[in-house]
Amino acid sequence: MFDDLDDLYQQVILDHSRSPRNFGVLPGANGRAQGRNPLCGDNVTVFVKMDGDRIDDIRFEGTGCAIAKASASVMTAALKGKTRPEARVLFDHFHEMIKTGQARGEDLGKLSVFAGVHKFPSRVKCAMLCWHALAAALSGRNEPVTTE
Amino acid sequence: MTAKMTTPIAPERAPDWRALRKDFPILSLQVRGRPLIYLDNAATTQKPRAVLDALRDFYEQRNANVHRGVHELSNRATAAYEGARETAARFVNARQTGEIVFTRGATESINLVANTWGARRLQAGDVILLTEMEHHSNIVPWQLLAARTGARLAFLPVTGPEGLLDLSRLDEWLTSEVKLLAFTHVSNTLGTVNPASQLCSMARRKGIVTLVDAAQSTGHRPLDVQEIGCDFLAASGHKMCGPTGIGFLYGRMERLAEMPPWHGGGDMIESVDYHTSTWKQPPHKFEAGTPNIAGAAALAAALEYLDRLGRPAIAAHDAALAAHALEKMSGLGGLRILGPASGRAGVVSFLMDGIHAHDVVTMADHAGVALRGGHHCNQPLMKKLGIESTARASFYFYNTFEEVDRLVEVLREIRRYFSR
Ligand SMILES: Cc1ncc(COP(=O)(O)O)c(C=O)c1O
Repeated sequence: MFDDLDDLYQQVILDHSRSPRNFGVLPGANGRAQGRNPLCGDNVTVFVKMDGDRIDDIRFEGTGCAIAKASASVMTAALKGKTRPEARVLFDHFHEMIKTGQARGEDLGKLSVFAGVHKFPSRVKCAMLCWHALAAALSGRNEPVTTE
Repeated sequence: MTAKMTTPIAPERAPDWRALRKDFPILSLQVRGRPLIYLDNAATTQKPRAVLDALRDFYEQRNANVHRGVHELSNRATAAYEGARETAARFVNARQTGEIVFTRGATESINLVANTWGARRLQAGDVILLTEMEHHSNIVPWQLLAARTGARLAFLPVTGPEGLLDLSRLDEWLTSEVKLLAFTHVSNTLGTVNPASQLCSMARRKGIVTLVDAAQSTGHRPLDVQEIGCDFLAASGHKMCGPTGIGFLYGRMERLAEMPPWHGGGDMIESVDYHTSTWKQPPHKFEAGTPNIAGAAALAAALEYLDRLGRPAIAAHDAALAAHALEKMSGLGGLRILGPASGRAGVVSFLMDGIHAHDVVTMADHAGVALRGGHHCNQPLMKKLGIESTARASFYFYNTFEEVDRLVEVLREIRRYFSR
């Protein structure tokens, strides 16, 4: 019945949504920001502990659909140890992939499981929510960001 | 004229619901290669041919502006528009036709009251009493008014998992500071049917003005403003087979007469000088500019259509579908249903363990079933219940028991898919 949804709900995505990595408040975080999707009430808070320009540790907290949760889980796993400029490049590549289905660069790794989301325009926001929060946390803007 | 809420429906007198599905062209659509199962009626309802024809007929046979022409078409347009007002007045059993003000919908009706009656009558220290289950459209206009006037909002509590209003201490809530009680007749999230006449008569005894948000009830059950005893009632056309962009406010004439105008412009004035103007009498005083004439004519066609079916029969069918859904869904397990166990309107909000509402709705959509997921414009209530969002199935008379069965089958498949 749901074969055409397999691109969206990949096994990896379901796994991460059921048991998200890096979930919870990060003690000693020196950056944080909340992302909200006013349409469905979802929210994700991303915590970062920066060591200079490097993301020493990263976690997230919040509620959301399988896509939003898995995206935050995979994102935090991918970003640990990355520098600010590297994170920015990943943001751009991820964003482009989510919109077009095409991955630019070789660096997306596991993040490429979200390529299928571009076929579901109403779910792009879900996948991007944590990334917008991340961008705000990295820039030191501690106010909430929304997907609207 | 209006049948009482308690009128039982003899089965042989109930319409042939399945047969009248053919009155709704959209119900024969295929979505993603599957027959459409439309269960998002609390958001908006589908339109029968009679309503679509009324729209077309207006533009083909009567289109002109109202209340100003001397020519034949203008007379026809005015007759259609004012005739629709009579139909709406009869539909809710208003005492006079002039108690019906056409608006864009329930939201605009509530804003009209807040900006006219509210702005004139409320002052610092007054209390606007709402309930914890209100739609944003019956919260935000009052917040804006409170900010302007210094009045304060208070909320009648919703209790228990059943989501009923706690009326045990209603008397204590209705203090001398309360100037307005505004509540929803039927909750668009919980499906709760509030005892409108009881609430209004208690309030009225204490001199408190009442507003009923009837967006979810007007086309779904018998409704009589005199029996309810409210001062205002907000109705939405698109939620009862009418087009979007048309609805009405019922206002008790005493209230309408004491209200200043809201929007200024053509059609609402008696005479205009460069510096001052005088207004028409209600309802025209509140209808500035060219109204939604075609919309009003089509709304009247919708109301006539509904009354041919009979609202007691519609209410009984809605309730039977909801009861069937509740019974079938509770057999699924791992599923939590919000709202009353019995006596509910045709609205069923639910949560599936471990599967977010957004995912439920995406998957149901792929199986051809249109549900709504989210906070349903009920954020404060959701926060109080400790949830972010629910999936919601909401029914109307053209839905069938087979569609409910299909919904339950799809939910079972969703569970299976998600635990793979
Ligand atoms: C209880 C309730 N009140 C008000 C509204 C708003 O009605 P309208 O769309 O006519 O402005 C809705 C519709 O979503 C509703 O469910």
